[in-house]
Formats: sequence, C-alpha cells, structure tokens
Amino acid sequence: MALKALRKLRTLGAPATPTGPAAAVPRAADGDVLLETVGLTKSYAGADGELPVLAGIDLKIRAGEIVALLGKSGSGKSTLLRCMAGLIPASSGTVSYRGEPLTGANPGTAMVFQTFALLPWLTVQQNVELGLEARGVPAEERARAAVQAIDLIGLDGFESAYPKELSGGMRQRVGFARALVVEPDVLMMDEPFSALDVLTAENLRGELMELWESGQFPTRAVVLVTHNIEEAVLMADRIVVLGSRPYGTIRETVEVGLDRPRDRDAPAFQELIDRVYRIMTGRAKETRLSGAGAGAGAGAGAPLRAETVESAESADQDKRTVAGTPLPAATVDGLSGLAEMVAHRGGRCDLADLADELGLDVDDMLPQVDALDLLGFARVSGDDLVLTEAGTAFAEADVQTSKPLFAHAATEVPLVKLITNSLLQRPEAAVRAGFFRDLLAHHFTSEQVERQLETATDWGRYAELYAYDADRQEYRLDEGASFRT
Amino acid sequence: MSFKAGGAPPRAPLSSRFAGRLSRMSWVDVVVAAAVLVLLYLVLQVGQGTTVRFSTDQSVKVDTDPSRLPYDAARSLLRMFVALAASIVFTFAYAYAAAKSRRLERILIPALDILQSVPVLGFLTVAVTGFIALFPGSMLGLECASIFAIFTSQAWNMTFGFYHSLTSLPRELDELSRSFRFTKWMRFWKVEVPAGMIGLVWNGMMSFGGGWFFLVASEAISVNNKDYALPGVGSYAGAAVTDGDLGKVGWAILTMAVMVIGVNFLFWRPLTAWAEKFKNEQSEASEIQRSVVLNFLRRSNWPRLLGTVLRPVGRVLGRAARVFGTDDRPLTVDPGRRRTGDITFGIVAGGLILWGLVDLGFYLNDRTGLGVFGEPLLLGLVTFVRVIVLVAVATAIWVPIGVRIGFSPRLTRVAQPIVQVLASFPANFLFPIAVWFFLKTGLSINVGGILLMALGAQWYILFNTIAGAMSIPTDLREAMDDLGVRGRQRWKRLILPGIFPSYVTGGITASGGAWNASIVSEVVTFGGTTLTATGLGAYIAEATSDGDFARLIAGVAVMSLYVVGLNRLLWRRLYRLADSRYAL
Repeated sequence: MALKALRKLRTLGAPATPTGPAAAVPRAADGDVLLETVGLTKSYAGADGELPVLAGIDLKIRAGEIVALLGKSGSGKSTLLRCMAGLIPASSGTVSYRGEPLTGANPGTAMVFQTFALLPWLTVQQNVELGLEARGVPAEERARAAVQAIDLIGLDGFESAYPKELSGGMRQRVGFARALVVEPDVLMMDEPFSALDVLTAENLRGELMELWESGQFPTRAVVLVTHNIEEAVLMADRIVVLGSRPYGTIRETVEVGLDRPRDRDAPAFQELIDRVYRIMTGRAKETRLSGAGAGAGAGAGAPLRAETVESAESADQDKRTVAGTPLPAATVDGLSGLAEMVAHRGGRCDLADLADELGLDVDDMLPQVDALDLLGFARVSGDDLVLTEAGTAFAEADVQTSKPLFAHAATEVPLVKLITNSLLQRPEAAVRAGFFRDLLAHHFTSEQVERQLETATDWGRYAELYAYDADRQEYRLDEGASFRT
Repeated sequence: MSFKAGGAPPRAPLSSRFAGRLSRMSWVDVVVAAAVLVLLYLVLQVGQGTTVRFSTDQSVKVDTDPSRLPYDAARSLLRMFVALAASIVFTFAYAYAAAKSRRLERILIPALDILQSVPVLGFLTVAVTGFIALFPGSMLGLECASIFAIFTSQAWNMTFGFYHSLTSLPRELDELSRSFRFTKWMRFWKVEVPAGMIGLVWNGMMSFGGGWFFLVASEAISVNNKDYALPGVGSYAGAAVTDGDLGKVGWAILTMAVMVIGVNFLFWRPLTAWAEKFKNEQSEASEIQRSVVLNFLRRSNWPRLLGTVLRPVGRVLGRAARVFGTDDRPLTVDPGRRRTGDITFGIVAGGLILWGLVDLGFYLNDRTGLGVFGEPLLLGLVTFVRVIVLVAVATAIWVPIGVRIGFSPRLTRVAQPIVQVLASFPANFLFPIAVWFFLKTGLSINVGGILLMALGAQWYILFNTIAGAMSIPTDLREAMDDLGVRGRQRWKRLILPGIFPSYVTGGITASGGAWNASIVSEVVTFGGTTLTATGLGAYIAEATSDGDFARLIAGVAVMSLYVVGLNRLLWRRLYRLADSRYAL
C-alpha cells in the first residue's frame, strides 16, 4: 500500500514542478554528489572583527545516504545545516548544489524544523500544501498530492485539523509531510525529534527508517542534525562529528556499516556509540590544549586515545587562558549534583550508563562534565568520569564546607580568576561588567560573552569571591568573603 | 504503527458537500443575509451625502432636531471606518517598507516616533485647507479632512505594532518561508500578516477607541475665522452646545454611548475572538476572547459560502503576484555597491530634510521672526504643569481603585468592559457639561482645564492598573498572606512593583493623550461663553482659528518637543526599568 501511494506521489510531483529541481535535472543516481561544501567558514562579528563558529568544513552529501551532523550545543551544526540550505551566507568557502554554487535558498532542499514551524492558522492540509503552492502548482493537483503525502505519513483523518489540536508527534508528522511532498533532493532535518518525548520520538524515527529502507523515500539524501549519539548511530550511514573548541570543525567522520534495521542491543551498535562518545568528549581536550591557532585543519583524523589526552592535560593546566578555556553553561547546583551522584557510585562511573539511568542524553550532561573537569573535580578517563580527591571532598562536604572548597577550585578558572584579581587590585572599588565584557569580546560573540559572564557570576557568587549588582552592572569583592587568594 | 498509505475512502467533491449544507439553510443564515443587505443599503445611502455640493462661503447651519441623530451617527460611523481602512492600508505599506528596507528603516522609524508625539489636532487646519482645495465645491474635502484627523490618531500606533511583529517574526517561520521558496506575496499574507494579526486587531481596537475623540473634534471646526461643519454626532453636539441646549447635548451623548458600545459589540469583540486562531500555541493565554456575534456568524453558512467565492479570487491574485518574486535573500552582497548605495541614499535624504528645514526657517523668519518660539516655550511650561498634576492626581485616585478591581475576578468582569467604553468615549463630548459646571461654580478654567484633560486621559491609568493587578500571580499574593505582609509593606513589596510595568504603559498613554487634549480643553465654549486658559493648548487653538500658520507651526513644534522630551527623559527610562526589574 505504501509503495503504491508513493509512486502516485512521484508521478504527480514530477510534472507538477515546472520550476522545481526534479523537472530541470534528472534524478541523481546513488553516489552522485548532491551537496558540497568546500572550505566553508562562518563567523559572526566580535570586537576584533570576525569570530568563527565554523571553520574549514569540507563535506559532501551523496545521493542515497543519510548523514548525521553530530555535536554539542555551540558546535555550529545547525549553522552548517543552514549554510547548506542556503538560508544563511557562508563567510568564506562555497556551498554548491549539484555543482552549482548557491546564490540564495537551496532549490534542492526542504527543511524539517526542531520546533515544527507549522503555521497555526492553517489546517494540516493547507500546511502541507505550502511548498507546492509556492511553486505555483494548481489547486486541485496540490490538494491531491497533499492528501497522499498526509496518508503516507500516517496523518489520515487529520487533514482539516489545526496544528494546535495535535500532539507533538503528530505535529512533526505534518512537518515531514510538508517537506516530503515537494520531493526535495535532500531532506534537511534540524533536530526533528528533540522536542518530542522519548516514546514518540522512538516511534517516529522507526517509521521514518522503515520508509527510507523501502527505497521509496521521495528524497535522495537526508542530512540530520542531532546532539543525540544514539539517534545518529541508529539512523545515519555516516556521522560527522563537529567539535566546538575553539570553533566548529569536523572532528571526525564515522562510517556506520551496520545493517538495517539496526539492533540497539547488538554489541557492535554499543561499541560504535562508545566510540562516537569518546570522540565527542576525549578530543574536546585535545583541541582546547592545542590553542586557538590550530584546530582549523583538523579533518577526519584518527581518534585520539583518551589516556594520552589526559596526561597532556595536567602539564598544561597553568597555561589556560580566558579565551582558550570558556566556561561551560553549568550552574553550581548542576555540577555539584553530578559530583554527588558520581561519589555515590564510588567516585567513578560510566557516563553513558549514568545518563541512561537518569533518562537523559549523554550530551545533556556534558556542560556539567566539562565544569567538573575545569574545576579539577573530575577527569574523563575512557568512558568513565572519575572524581579527583578535591572532587570527592567537594561532593561529600555540607553546604558551609563546600563553599571554600569550591572557591579554591574556582579561583583556578581563568575568567573567575580574572574577575577576582581585577577586584583585588583596588579592594574598595567596584568594577563594571562592561570592562570584562570588552575583554571577552575579543574572543567571543556577544551572546557567548553574556553566557560566560552569567556562569562566572554564578560561580563567583556561590564561592563568595565577589558579588554582582545587576542594577548597576558592577562586580564587588564579597564583604564576607570566606576565601581570598 | 507504520506509515500507512492508500485506503482512504473517496472524498465527496467540495461542491456537493456544500450543496448538502445549503439545503439546510437555517434562520441564522436569513438573519445574517438580511443584516448584510441592510448594512450595504445604509452605507450607500449615507455615503451619498458625502458628495453633496458645498462652497466655502456658504454658512453652515447644523440641524439639531434629535430625529436627525441616527443619520448623523451613521455619517460619523462611516467616517470612522473609512479612517480605519486607510490606517490599515497605511500600516501595511509603511511597516512593510520600514521592515524590508534597511535604508528606509533609518528614516521611517524615527519619523514615526515623532509623528506619534505630534499633537494631531494642531494640524487639522492645514488638513482642512488642503483637502478643500483638493475637492473644490464638494463636501468631500471636509469629509477627507475629518477622516484624515481620525486616521492620524489611529495609524501610528498600528504601524508601530505591525512593524514590530514584522521584525520579530519567529526565526523558524522566516526560514520556513525561504526554505520552501514562498513567493513574497505568500510570505506576506500567509506568514507575516497572520503572525501580526492579534497585535493588529488589538491595536486597531485601541486606536479606534481613541479615534472617537478626533471625530468629535474634527466634525465642527473653525479655520481661518470660518466655521465648517459636517453632518455627524460631533457637529450635532457642537451646535447643541452653541445653543446652550443641555437636553439635546444629552441626546447626543446617548447616541455616542450607543455607537461606542454597539461597535464594540458588533465589530471588535467578534474580531478579537476571531483573532484567537492566530495565537501561536506556545503563547497560550489563560483568557480566551469570546463573542456571541461571532458564534452566531459561525453557525451560519455564509462564511463558507463567502470562502468558496473568494478563494478563486485569492488564487488569481496569488498567481498574478508571482511577479513580485520569490522570498529569497542573496547570499552575497557586494560591499562596495552597498556602500555607494548607502551614501547616495544618505546624501539625498539628508539634502531633502535640510532643504525643508532651511525653507521653514526662512518662512518663519519672514513672517514673524524666529522669536515666535519663545511664547509657546513658556506657555508649554504651564501646560506641562497641568499634565503632571493630572497624571499625579489620576494616579493617586485610580491606582488603589484599579488594584482593588484587578484583585477581584468578580469586580473585573463587571468593571473592565465599562472602563473600556469609558476610555473610548470621547471626552470632548462631555466638555459642555463641565463648562456649565465651571460657570455655575465659578471654577477657573486654568484649574478646570486639568479636569477636562483628565476626562479622557485618566482611564488609561485605571485600565492598565487593572490589567497590572490581574497579572500578579495568585501564589505571590497567597505567599504574602502567609507571611503576614499587609498594609504599607504589601503595597511597597508586592503591589507597586507588580503593577509597575502596566502602570508605565498607562502613564505614557495618559500623558500623551493629555497633551493632545489640551488643545481642545484650554479653550472651551458653552452657549456663547468662551473660557480661555493660559497654556500651549490655547495658543495652538487660537492660532488655528486665526489661520496664523507661523504661530501654529511654532506651537505644534514646541508641543512635540515637550512630548518627546517627557517621553525620553521620564517614561522611556521607567519603561526600561520596568522591563529589566519588574517584569513578572
């Protein structure tokens, strides 16, 4: 049944798209390069000019494959997707579709959004018809195509419903139907399952893969942006891992050779997850230590062994700078919560298992992991997070004793240290936040600057190193400071 | 579950489904059809009156027979709705231009900001003379001038709102439009207008409420020592006042009240309820607008029938509008060309403005000398004091009452519609009664003027205080009860900070409204007696009736300066404070 509907959809789509790519160019055979980026960089304005978020991205998307762009938040994976869709301009380098450099929105892609992006004032069917309407397809024809796409995606009977009447999963089905009905060469998916609950996401992923495997998916390739390692391993033929420090580069490309349908419990599957996870955490340190200058050329090298990274780490501890050591977006509550949990498990535990137990994605915990690492409270060793001596003491201390321990560790963190030292030079005077903002603006975008200061303020306040007056936007030394360097 | 396909039962063609519905045409449909017919007939009848011959040397005598009131009311209403339509067209064009062109934006938005602060009534003279010249020998000129006055009181607010919604369109909707290669026409009508619809409707309703005031002020006006009058409720009331006939003034007030409430019930409530469908599901509000009239309309078959008629029209338009092109942004911009364009634009725009300023300077210098600004500057101080006193007294009176109302859901239900009507009821309608009262009690117009200005302006403070009090979460109030925080401490810690953001909005509107009202409140007439206060409003009003353009320009410019200054130095700062500290 599904195949028949699809074939109908196909035959209907081809003549109906006089301006569309399907009519202009014959369909690509498997292996043809559909999308290509060469030396793509993307930067945003900072104090010293441009600050890169993506650098030196060389990537090819071929017909017949599903490529996952995997990375932590801030790794530029969504930016890369939007560059390839022609929605935002690249700062340098080129993006081309079927060999033609893009000059505007990519004619061969259609996007599925994390937040669905359905127009709440249109019915399901009207939403699905939008892409065809934009191409000037006559009303009757597009209604027929839309109804078929709606059937295909399991939305039968919902045609006249408004999006707000639907559950999240049904809404995202509308998002898929809307993108598939225009039969784009490449389907662009921007974290399409991350706004859904676990069960719904699982179900939708499964159905989508079934459709893909049937070989009748109305698109030639899929680019999937995700921060979920398991999702990437489950769906993709190729996983492109993006690193975030100092800016997004392709850290490594992993080919997924597993047969479909993939069995999550298979040892090979688990092994691959562990490997990708190591790439995401382990190499984070490597890039950081190598400083801001290198890293751009880091293409698809071999994975670095976590142990060697670790030994390099401690030797380099005192060379950390504000620029090279951004604070992760972790609150004191969050990071001490994680420390306590690890302490309960004997000071060492497998991160993936812990995340599993808590019902989280591993990457949800990465800011906290990074924070513990930055404070010297824990080390990542292989797949495990290991508390250091200081970390164990911190995790076991009560509120009052934990403060000096935290303060001691926090003063080693470059930005906190910078603020404290600036204040200590004239202990009675306040320092305006603008001063630090200007300093940071040399290395971060304005959004990042705010996040850095937010975290530094939270940490400094908890440590009772300094106080921050939000009205006057000033830092002052904490009067009852429990600890001074 | 899996993706299923095919198997869908064949759908009945649309036309046959409609035929089925139509055969069950109910009394609801008949009522709606009759209402539409009557409305059309009325508009045609009343509209004919606007092209009546008229010459400037003809003296106007307004017939004050109360039986003429329904016709006058209809004429006034027609004016209001034409002005609203004009405002909507202006809003779309101006806001779109400002939002889409980086260069135009730099000029259009500051200009809008100034226009918003200009006392509209001061320009009525210019408008009247201009429009009469445009339509010589026809009533249409006066008609246009009146509509223009109403338009200027509505358009700025709506334009700002729509511009804001255009520029703050959610990112994913923008990306949706570009990724699916919408045409520009589609983007505007399917994405941008619906996304801004709620703001548009609510702003329109508020502006419409403010428009009544200008309707009344613009229907009967004396310019250049000549009296002009259009048939309408405002001119009726004006004539009744000149006759000193309080009974007829009463009839006019009653008509006005019926119009304000009627339009609210038949037009704005259904519209706000209809606009609910444009709410983005993320911002689900607890309060849902409902309207009996809308439900009634929805029960009839007419909307569907209208849809089948209009949809093909929409399709044809949509196809024709493909010439405007696709919604796309070029990925590469030539910085050199862009810079040249910027510079050219800057030089042309700057040159034009400079030329205009120099010309104006010479004009004023030739007429009166530039010292003409001195007197209004001083008089402005007097009016300034009035505005301050007004806002302070209105705050002292209405904030406690508003909080009381807002904290009680029962009181709110009763009071809010009443306050809404009071706020849109044109205060200048009540002036005659107030003047009669002044004459009886011997109260000086210099003090009484404040009262007159307050008649219109105070409601904004009450209205917004109620809204602010309602927005204080119940659990905060319960926590305060629990902790035993009451009396002064409760006001200081909970109530005042809680209502502050809303109060500031009300304060801005009230103070702006008071400045504008000063033009009609500082000179008032009742039955042959004219009371004149010292102040900038009276200065502008006198310049208007004398047709002294130099003094008029000076007066209006100075008043704009005061309004902008007050906004920048006081209200905007409070606004920012409210935004950063007291946002709930």
